[in-house]
Amino acid sequence: MPSSLADLLIIVPAWNEEGNVGNTVREIRSELPAAHVLVVDDGSTDATAAVAKAAGARVLVLPFNLGVGGAMRAGYVFAQRHGFARAIQVDADGQHNPRDIVSVLEGLDRADISIGARFAEVGEFSARGPRRWAMVFLASILSRVAKTRLTDVTSGFRAANRHAIDQYVRYYPAEYLGDTIDSLVAAAHVGLTVTQVPVAMRPRQGGRPSQGALGSTIYLLRSVFALMLAIMRRPTGPTSPGARA
Amino acid sequence: MMVLGAILLAVALVVAVVTMLLRRQLREKYAVLWLIIGAAVLILGIFPQLLMWATVSLGFQLPANLLFTLAILLLLGVALHLSWEQSQAEEEIRRLAEEVAVLREGVERLQGSVDAASAAPTDPADGSDR
Repeated sequence: MPSSLADLLIIVPAWNEEGNVGNTVREIRSELPAAHVLVVDDGSTDATAAVAKAAGARVLVLPFNLGVGGAMRAGYVFAQRHGFARAIQVDADGQHNPRDIVSVLEGLDRADISIGARFAEVGEFSARGPRRWAMVFLASILSRVAKTRLTDVTSGFRAANRHAIDQYVRYYPAEYLGDTIDSLVAAAHVGLTVTQVPVAMRPRQGGRPSQGALGSTIYLLRSVFALMLAIMRRPTGPTSPGARA
Repeated sequence: MMVLGAILLAVALVVAVVTMLLRRQLREKYAVLWLIIGAAVLILGIFPQLLMWATVSLGFQLPANLLFTLAILLLLGVALHLSWEQSQAEEEIRRLAEEVAVLREGVERLQGSVDAASAAPTDPADGSDR
């Protein structure tokens, strides 16, 4: 565990989260005062950027909404330009507990990408029906691609070291689910290693919850489609030995 | 009558494309395809027997069927090409948007430190590390 957190960038993608982002930033800063917090305002129409700035974060303001994928890539570009050695993505809605940031970072000691995974025996997390099948299916395929056991591949709570940041800047798809699944497959294809750390998720602090049965089924189909494309795609960027399609 | 119509159509197409090219409203890569289409219509308009010959030798029942098939294939190609170009352009715009956001943050920070420096000119520059 590296002692200093000054080389850590905490990236918080936020889209119309003025109600949550202030608390999230303050919580992160009180937990990890040495780290840099970057809020990526993804074309919000509310006061997200101002609230984040007032809470003490640095803020990237995207001129229009790019989706989580675009927001995260902007964050990684920022991390690369400013020479941060590690970056971690934390959701603005308060689902990710800032206390867990350090334990997710510890995963970087043994891999290039560390995922904070829900329901890896910690905390309670319930998902049923098509959404649950989608998660199990995605996890099993991605475990094979990444050659390690992964249970929650759609988690947005993930840390990256310098190699992974470079890879993300080269290739971080903006498509639906691309930010989680495709980016992971692409990273595994160029030989980056992945690990997961069990964390508990908290309920959203405010705003709308996820969708119903029809939405979950569409989610399943789209995630399968996204995964198939990701796996068939050729590796991008320089390939390390041992990478395979 | 049909022959005249085809020739007029072809000429109108070619004139429209060339005009847009001259006004720089159309990039060459799109223009080439339309010029080829215009030329093909013109040739078929001037020599309708060519269409008859192609219909018989390709095994179509009617010349119209051959024309429709060709037109559909062509438009499919054009639509696919435009979707591809559109995706490319979208990705480029996204990259630029990200770039703009990063640069804007840097400019605002610089502006902030310039303002602070001009407000208190005797102070040494405060050491913001990144």
